[in-house]
Amino acid sequence: MLNKYPLWKYLLILLVIALGVIYALPNLYPDDPALQLSTQKSTTVVDQRTLATAEKALQDAGIELKEAEVTTAGGTLRFNSGEDQLAAKPVISAALGENYVVALNLVPTTPDWLSSIGAGPAKLGLDLRGGVHFLLEVDTPAALKQRLDVAASEMKNAMRTDRIRYRSVEVSNNAVMSIRFLREADQQAALDVLEDQFPEYVYNTTDSGNEFFVEVSFTEAASAEVEAYALQQNLTTLRNRVNELGVAEPLVQRQGSNRIVVELPGVQDTAAAKRIIGATANLEFRLEAGLDANAGDIDTLTFRDGSGRTARLERDIIITGDSVSDASSSFDENGRPQVNISLDGKGGSQMARVTRTAVGRNMAVVFIEHKSRSRFVEGEDGKVTEVRRSYSERGIISLATIQTTLGNSFRITGLDSPRESSELALLLRAGALAAPIYFVEERTIGPSLGAENIRLGVLSAQIGLLVVMAFMLVYYKVFGVFANISLGLNIVLLMACMSLMSATLTLPGIAGIVLTMGMAVDANVLIFSRIREELKAGLPSQQAIHSGFNRAFTTILDANITTLLVAVILFAVGTGPVKGFAVTLSLGILTSMFTAIVVTRAQINLVYGGRKNKRLFI
Amino acid sequence: MNIQFMAMRKIVAMFSMALVLISLGSLAIKGLKFGLDFTGGSLIEVQYSVAPQLDDVRTLLADGDYSDVTVQNFGSSTDVVVRMGNAYTPTLGDEVLSTLRNNGDVDVELMRSEYVGGQVGEELREQGGLGMLLALAIVMIYVAVRFQFKFSVASVVALAHDVIITLGIFSLFGFEFDLTVLAAILAVIGYSLNDTIVVCDRIRENFRIMRDTSPSELINESINQTLGRTIITSMTTLFVLLVLFFFGGESIHNFSLALLVGVLIGTYSSIFVAANLLLAQNITREDLVPAPKEELEDDMP
Repeated sequence: MLNKYPLWKYLLILLVIALGVIYALPNLYPDDPALQLSTQKSTTVVDQRTLATAEKALQDAGIELKEAEVTTAGGTLRFNSGEDQLAAKPVISAALGENYVVALNLVPTTPDWLSSIGAGPAKLGLDLRGGVHFLLEVDTPAALKQRLDVAASEMKNAMRTDRIRYRSVEVSNNAVMSIRFLREADQQAALDVLEDQFPEYVYNTTDSGNEFFVEVSFTEAASAEVEAYALQQNLTTLRNRVNELGVAEPLVQRQGSNRIVVELPGVQDTAAAKRIIGATANLEFRLEAGLDANAGDIDTLTFRDGSGRTARLERDIIITGDSVSDASSSFDENGRPQVNISLDGKGGSQMARVTRTAVGRNMAVVFIEHKSRSRFVEGEDGKVTEVRRSYSERGIISLATIQTTLGNSFRITGLDSPRESSELALLLRAGALAAPIYFVEERTIGPSLGAENIRLGVLSAQIGLLVVMAFMLVYYKVFGVFANISLGLNIVLLMACMSLMSATLTLPGIAGIVLTMGMAVDANVLIFSRIREELKAGLPSQQAIHSGFNRAFTTILDANITTLLVAVILFAVGTGPVKGFAVTLSLGILTSMFTAIVVTRAQINLVYGGRKNKRLFI
Repeated sequence: MNIQFMAMRKIVAMFSMALVLISLGSLAIKGLKFGLDFTGGSLIEVQYSVAPQLDDVRTLLADGDYSDVTVQNFGSSTDVVVRMGNAYTPTLGDEVLSTLRNNGDVDVELMRSEYVGGQVGEELREQGGLGMLLALAIVMIYVAVRFQFKFSVASVVALAHDVIITLGIFSLFGFEFDLTVLAAILAVIGYSLNDTIVVCDRIRENFRIMRDTSPSELINESINQTLGRTIITSMTTLFVLLVLFFFGGESIHNFSLALLVGVLIGTYSSIFVAANLLLAQNITREDLVPAPKEELEDDMP
């Protein structure tokens, strides 16, 4: 019969809508700004008495408290607004004394049954809610040293090829490489070869009577270039790391000459945010030393897995982490876990050159983690200052036999479990930084928009939506009601998808969603004007509905698929915000097609379908 | 209702070409005025002795000679971080500080003043451009398969027309181009393409059913048939945009402005430009409906 859906279609629609509602629901429970109380000593605890003291102090300061509770981690004080939360922090700190630690946090209010099925609210952006702010420092001297380390192994190779005998090659921390010779003739020969093959360095010769040195350092332009590259590459890596899908809306920018700001929206817990930024590490690929190797050319390093095993590695570095463009875990032909590594062009040729003569030997991947320790020192004037000392920890994350000459992409097999392979891939990706970076500062940061601005933006978005709905109602009467119901469901579905992807909502993002709604009615407008046309052409109402939907369908499909194609390509090629926009656009197209075609049709079928032709209010 | 759109095609073509030329000229000579998101600027951190009202700080700085100011609390209610589009100079921090002191009324200290880079990297510009070209190529292929190659040319040129003019207006009037405007431009692409394909779809359909109509009349008829829908969709979108533009506050002002311009141009181009281009390419019924094959009768006994 015309305009009847089978029962399963109605049930499917209901199921989709139910899922949409469930996953969109947490957005009605936004996170509470809160203060987290904890203790530093085991002798003090956070209990009801502590909370009572805190509540009293807040009352005296005139700050409204939403809720206070004792949790396993300490105590939580919830507030109605971020301003109250910030104002309360010094008050509570003063009231409780220095035995307690007071930290800012955002506490979820999503009911347990929702969070247990993985539902959670979409985050609010830096403009609406603020978040956490990190300042990272790029260790540019280390970048220079690292580059010289790699150059050192290339230079040794060049000298060996030309049979020039050197005694040792050392790279100092202030980025000077010194090559030691026993004969002046060797020194001169080496100088000729190196100046010819590596013109980007400055060479100086010195001697101490019986030993002769060539000192290699960067030209000023070259060192500036290395520093700029290190900063730029780290910036790009961090951007990709914190915004993989492009919907996270973080802020990553350069600050000053060698620092990077990372701001993440919707979190105030710095430990959680650090996990997102990930390890700030480096990698070195090195060969295992042969038994006859010179003791001076060997480093003995331990494995990072805590087993205490050690391996003797050559000092020479094949490539460093910045040559790694990607690493992922997968399975080999026999279903055993493996890690695939891709290198950039330069890294690939370097790897090929070294491994060609090293088939059968072992290659190690060394993971270098950069940490910093703060100490508080009391100066002569009695002022306490923070002194930061950075240090690095080296450990082997993989030692594997080279089976064949390795090129731009190769794999590490023989891993014990998928867990091991995914961890290794994660570590490899984490180490793909051009230079060590250190966290130097972490703070929470407030919203960049004023409350008034936010109120206006949200209000205008609501008004915009109402205007569209009112227009549809006036213009299409009963059919306008159908369209508006579909539109409402469209918003619910879109919110559900965005929340599932933990997308971040900014004010322009909200405006964009409302705008999508303005455009999403297009499909219904197309269908309804077709139905009107068919009615005008004299078709009975049931046929008019049927052919109106059918004929509009190809148009809607063509128009939406072309737009979807653009979105998919923008996603594949774009970065950051462009990618994020493509995601939202594609989701919007898919949900609006579903609601405008299927859901509207279902409503019309329910109301008009299978009955005698009657007048349509369209 | 039957408006003779195609009778105006010469004047409209001149008008469009003039707009595109002016836009390209302005983009080449004046360029776009990129915002803080792209160019970077300065960051100034200050500490108050008494927690300030951030809105007051914002107003104070808005009155000064600073562009693109954002003001945020920084870890506590007395610490405030200010970002602005002004290029970093060693004295900028002190200038801002004296503005904030408001003739000595307020006790505030400068903690740090530094250069900050753009929020999006160079790679966005390079890859964005490449992505655009690739997207256009794929759209052309899809439209060529679903419709015909002449439609590919028409829709892609109409799309480029809309984007160039929107960018041109931003360049000509010196409106600021930030990340939200970039998003708006991408939305304009989606909108314009959608609009053009709807009209093209009707033209294709009419070529199949109206046999004895000249291409010019047929296209005119198709535009008239879709006119209702074109106007209603533009209107609902424009309603939203006008509300956002007038009441949405500063942060979505540029976003809605770019879309207002883009949607108006997009609507105009789906009525005039795409159809005009189809006629210019001498579109005929045979382009869409294959000529009937001559059949060979097998007259073997």
